[in-house]
Amino acid sequence: MADLSSSHSPDGKRAQRPMSLFRNLPAKIASIPMILTALVVFVGGTAWTVVHSFTSSKLLPNTKFVGFDQYERLWTTRRWLVSIENLALYGMLSLIFTLVIGFTLAALLDRKIRGENVFRTIFLYPFALSFIVTGLAWQWILNPDLGIQHVVRGLGWESFTFNPLNDPDIVIYGILIAGLWQGTGLIMVIMLAGLRGIDEDIWKAARVDGIGTIKTYIVVIIPMMRPVFVTALVLIMSGIIKLYDLVVALTNGGPGIASEVPAKYVIQYMFRAQNLGQGFAASTMMLVSVAIILIPWAYLEFGGRKRG
Amino acid sequence: MVDLTSSPYAEGPRGPKPRRSFSRANIFLYGTLIVVSVYYLLPLYVMVVTSLKGMPEIRAGNIFSPPLEITFQPWVKAWAQACTGINCDGLSRGFWNSVKILIPSIVLSIAVASVNGYALARWKFKGSEVFFTILIVGAFIPYQTMLYPLVIILREIGLMGDLSGLVLVHTIFGMPILTLLFRNYFASIPEDLHKAARVDGAGFWSIYFRIMLPMSLPIFVVAIILQVTGIWNDFLFGVIYTKPETYPMTVQLNNIVNSVQGVKEYNVNMAATLLTGLVPLVIYFVSGKLFVRGIAAGAVKG
Repeated sequence: MADLSSSHSPDGKRAQRPMSLFRNLPAKIASIPMILTALVVFVGGTAWTVVHSFTSSKLLPNTKFVGFDQYERLWTTRRWLVSIENLALYGMLSLIFTLVIGFTLAALLDRKIRGENVFRTIFLYPFALSFIVTGLAWQWILNPDLGIQHVVRGLGWESFTFNPLNDPDIVIYGILIAGLWQGTGLIMVIMLAGLRGIDEDIWKAARVDGIGTIKTYIVVIIPMMRPVFVTALVLIMSGIIKLYDLVVALTNGGPGIASEVPAKYVIQYMFRAQNLGQGFAASTMMLVSVAIILIPWAYLEFGGRKRG
Repeated sequence: MVDLTSSPYAEGPRGPKPRRSFSRANIFLYGTLIVVSVYYLLPLYVMVVTSLKGMPEIRAGNIFSPPLEITFQPWVKAWAQACTGINCDGLSRGFWNSVKILIPSIVLSIAVASVNGYALARWKFKGSEVFFTILIVGAFIPYQTMLYPLVIILREIGLMGDLSGLVLVHTIFGMPILTLLFRNYFASIPEDLHKAARVDGAGFWSIYFRIMLPMSLPIFVVAIILQVTGIWNDFLFGVIYTKPETYPMTVQLNNIVNSVQGVKEYNVNMAATLLTGLVPLVIYFVSGKLFVRGIAAGAVKG
């Protein structure tokens, strides 16, 4: 890749210019939007929010610092605790199921089957739809009076009960069903790409050694796909923390506060309840949890060697 | 980093042809795939049949049965008469708002990101990699931590609640992934070409417009697909940075369907839902492999 000196060497006139600020000027001007976004919005905006999470901001942001008061209140608010609990449960289940389903589907599609394109198209199309559309579609299917529950009861099983969207104990599983429907296709595509990258000879060698197909996947293939799994893991987790639209469309946090999630808590306090400080504190907690996930990943991926 | 963008679909099926079609393993294989396909297709099927039924038929029948009497009335109503609050001019308003947001957002975000990517690939300057790293790390910061500062910024420049404010927001949040996409693509174009053009006296912009741009049409298509689906499906920014008159389609859809007033018209709701999903679905089915390339590129952010 071109570094400064080599990309300028043909142009001797410019290389001798004393003011380094003006070297490569068009590139610098062209990068102004990127620089502004990186510094003002990403760094500045995040820092602003973190700083203001230590203030008593209510309707308008202020700079009366109150230490960790907002965080103390946050961690004693039931709505937040429910949100965290929901996200932990949803996140764990979503992570496991997405990886298992995504990998299984990819492995099935990789068995040199007919109609691979058709199946792939079917598994991936929900990913093109928004969470709002996904949520509303599943809200209708899970409708207790007219949806699946109604249909199964109509078949003669009168006591059949499957009403996750109105049952606080299992509402998060209803959201999970819809979330998996929307998101597993993406992971399948990534896993499939990973499987296609594996040398055909590995399979031949496994066959020669008499190792069964499923065992080959578990013992040989999956360990070889570590980078793909790491990518999938990061993707799934960053998606989980963003979980917001799906809940809004499917349950709007209900019944009661049973399906609240942190992202929704932030929006609620920042833009509806006029309690900015709480919103800032909650969003800072989200930032912290992303950092907890990403720092080990970045360390694993880029630690020790230069990124490229 | 794994190259997910090019390897899987470049070549056709490999290896020997499958031997027997009806072995036990194959029946299990296809059986599983077909059952899973039903789960994936079910919601789409249910949405379509529901949107074609009348309300009496929906109340009496079951959601899986095909319509006895096909009616397009729900579609008409969803498009032109469905109510959000006191406005009863249907989802068409949201649709046109989304179009008005989508087109400038795509043009602006891709123009900015392609030039950024080009500068990062070929015209590095002191600190350019630092800004790029911040940009990529920024892609993982939850939007919630930047929402309020952006409200302040938009208010200061007078764009809060305006569609152009939302265009700016989409340009900002689309920048990390698009810049990465273009940077990697431009870096893969042989550097000798760039050097030859420099020797001939071409500068930053003339190399961009006369050499890079004509060579990178496919990556622009991928970027457009990525942005159309991403921006069309956005809900969070739409709900925060616009006001009811300028709500994009997803926000209006949610308000129509989840409104607590009035009798629920499930057929109209499903027609409205399908209408909103139609744009990305058409993009998906038409673009096929390019869509896969786009999301795979979007997937390997870091």
